[in-house]
Amino acid sequence: MPQLSIVHALNQGLHRAMDADSKVLLMGEDIGKLGGVFRVTEGLQKSFGDERVIDSPLAESGIVGTAIGLALYGFRPVVEIQFDGFVFPAFDQIVVQLARMRFRSAGALSLPITIRMPYGGGIGSVEHHSESPEGYFAATPGLRVVTCSNSHDAYWMIQQSIASDDPVIFLEPKRRYWQKSEVNTDSHLNNISALHEARVLTEGSDCTIIGYGPTIATCLQSARLAAEDGVSLEVIDLRSLSPIDMPVLIKSANKTGRVVIVHEASRSGGVGAEIATRLTQECFYKLEAPVMRVTGYDVPYPPSRIEDDYLPDAERILDAVEKCMGY
Amino acid sequence: MDQSDSVVQLLDSNGSFTNDSLFTSTLKESELIDFYRDMVLVRAIDEQATALQRQGELGLWAPLLGQEAAQIGSARAMKKQDFAFSTYREHGVAWCRGVDPVDMLSFWRGTKHQGWDANQYRSYGYQIIIGAHALHATGYAMGAYLSRNTETGDAGIDQAVMAYFGDGAMSEGDVNEAFVFAASYQAPVVFFCQNNQWAISEPTKRQSRVPLAYRAAGFGIPGIRVDGNDVIACYEVTRQALDRARSGQGPTLIEAITYRMGAHTTSDDPTKYQVFSEVELWRDRDPIERLKVYLRAKGVLNNELESEISNEAATLSERMRDECRKLPDPNPLSMFDHVYSESDLNIDEQKREVETILSRSQDN
Ligand SMILES: Cc1ncc(C[n+]2csc(CCOP(=O)(O)OP(=O)(O)O)c2C)c(N)n1
Ligand SMILES: [Mg+2]
Repeated sequence: MPQLSIVHALNQGLHRAMDADSKVLLMGEDIGKLGGVFRVTEGLQKSFGDERVIDSPLAESGIVGTAIGLALYGFRPVVEIQFDGFVFPAFDQIVVQLARMRFRSAGALSLPITIRMPYGGGIGSVEHHSESPEGYFAATPGLRVVTCSNSHDAYWMIQQSIASDDPVIFLEPKRRYWQKSEVNTDSHLNNISALHEARVLTEGSDCTIIGYGPTIATCLQSARLAAEDGVSLEVIDLRSLSPIDMPVLIKSANKTGRVVIVHEASRSGGVGAEIATRLTQECFYKLEAPVMRVTGYDVPYPPSRIEDDYLPDAERILDAVEKCMGY
Repeated sequence: MDQSDSVVQLLDSNGSFTNDSLFTSTLKESELIDFYRDMVLVRAIDEQATALQRQGELGLWAPLLGQEAAQIGSARAMKKQDFAFSTYREHGVAWCRGVDPVDMLSFWRGTKHQGWDANQYRSYGYQIIIGAHALHATGYAMGAYLSRNTETGDAGIDQAVMAYFGDGAMSEGDVNEAFVFAASYQAPVVFFCQNNQWAISEPTKRQSRVPLAYRAAGFGIPGIRVDGNDVIACYEVTRQALDRARSGQGPTLIEAITYRMGAHTTSDDPTKYQVFSEVELWRDRDPIERLKVYLRAKGVLNNELESEISNEAATLSERMRDECRKLPDPNPLSMFDHVYSESDLNIDEQKREVETILSRSQDN
């Protein structure tokens, strides 16, 4: 099995999706000749031409709005938003138009659009390049919101997102873009876990750690460190932030009785709040401790020289675990 | 000012004066020397910052190389009471507003989100979100008008606002809405678009089928094209537009035709999309070189003055190098400051969490 970076896995996944369906087309700023600022679409314009890999004018509302028109015509647009912080000019088109088209047309109109964007911090960049806007989208009915944490998922989830008849917000953990891991390319779309499924990465008995995207590597590191102290952590990669795969989370919470949720996005009103509420409702009698969160703080993303103090790290996760164990 | 096909140029790329039917130079030789000095110094700032990024001292830098004349000419046309709203590339504008280059670096080093006090310098911090500030500039100009700080006829009072952005920004909704508002209220704002031919890897023709300045007409705004590598023309065209704005004649769109001689940012690889011959063509139109040729021919720039200016540039570069490394990292707890105007229980609680973590790592 090849070892691929997340960037390469996404690139190959896009390639395969475009091969499989001639209605798939890519749009975005600098995705053609340049191959995207992170090179995710590198070489695709060469392979598929400039009518299927389209450099768009510099206007995000325009990109998503015209993708809606293209989808109404029968295309399957995959659009790139260059950075998390630049999605907001398109917010109106995404939330007010894209998300509700199926509902308002009573199922007559379908918009199979995938919106890809790198997200999260930790790359030492300037303002607006390190945001975690997933909560806004997860709070919007009608959108699927997914994120990958490794190359295998990157490869398959991008194809599943494109194949989905729903609009999908596809979040790419930019700080892990160059991290390599194994990809099994031999499988088939029908044979892999469904897009909305959460995955148990390491089984454990003392405490469940739920993370997604860029924090998964940190969660796994925490599990290794905890194991040295004889504490057994069960790490779950959420993968889909909307809808949330509650059965997998409930099963794990009932088993360990303790849960820590990890995300880079601010704490209040985040994805963690939703999960904590539902686990409290479903597992109340099995929980040994309140559900904890390790997250970014309720402040705008800070200047990069102090971003390490903002981002969840293993130390903070282990603190939360210790607190859980102390109840 | 009428829309015309022509591009205003007063100093050609060989350093000779040319005639324009509408504009003439009002500048004294001493002022031209000042412009020359400004351009040499901002190029030095740019070079030093690029070097600092390569050495790992800055996270990123957006070079202005090639755009010195557009920035210096236009910003020197501003008066003290005017206000500039600019992007991540307008180091030359910040320089003209009096911002210390080290304060510019703090943004790119990641020690601050805004390296200087916008009100003190009457110059907004770097704007990363393409086009957003065109609306802020328009609103600020509306404020000047509503406060009767325009059209008084008093040169020390009448205000105008500059909005700087690029060719790519011309496609954003915010910029187009800014044109609508500015035209509707005849706001005292000058839109200064540096058409450096590229929006990262996309050529200007991806954004517009017509010269960018032509688009102004549809909004009811005069549009004018100027040689962006001619500091004198940039100055004169901007000065007139600012005077129009100040005296109640409304907004203007200036398209300064120039070229991004460097990478988009230090993370960019222009060899993937840029044509070498085009870069060479523009190298011959260098904004500093042509003024130098002119001033030397005039005899006002001699070897002595040139070495004085290059020494000044070297001293400035050295100071940037030293002080950049010494820029203090922010206290991690400062991230909890200024989220709201008043203290907040939730924020305070989270601040205490970080305090605990920090005191523990100090103990270890
Ligand atoms: C809303 C938004 N979309 C995308 C970007 C990413 N981006 C940064 S600079 C740039 C190109 C800007 O081109 P132009 O307006 O011509 O200015 P220049 O960089 O050439 O000075 C892009 C696409 C951004 N910063 N903000
Ligand atoms: Mg440009």
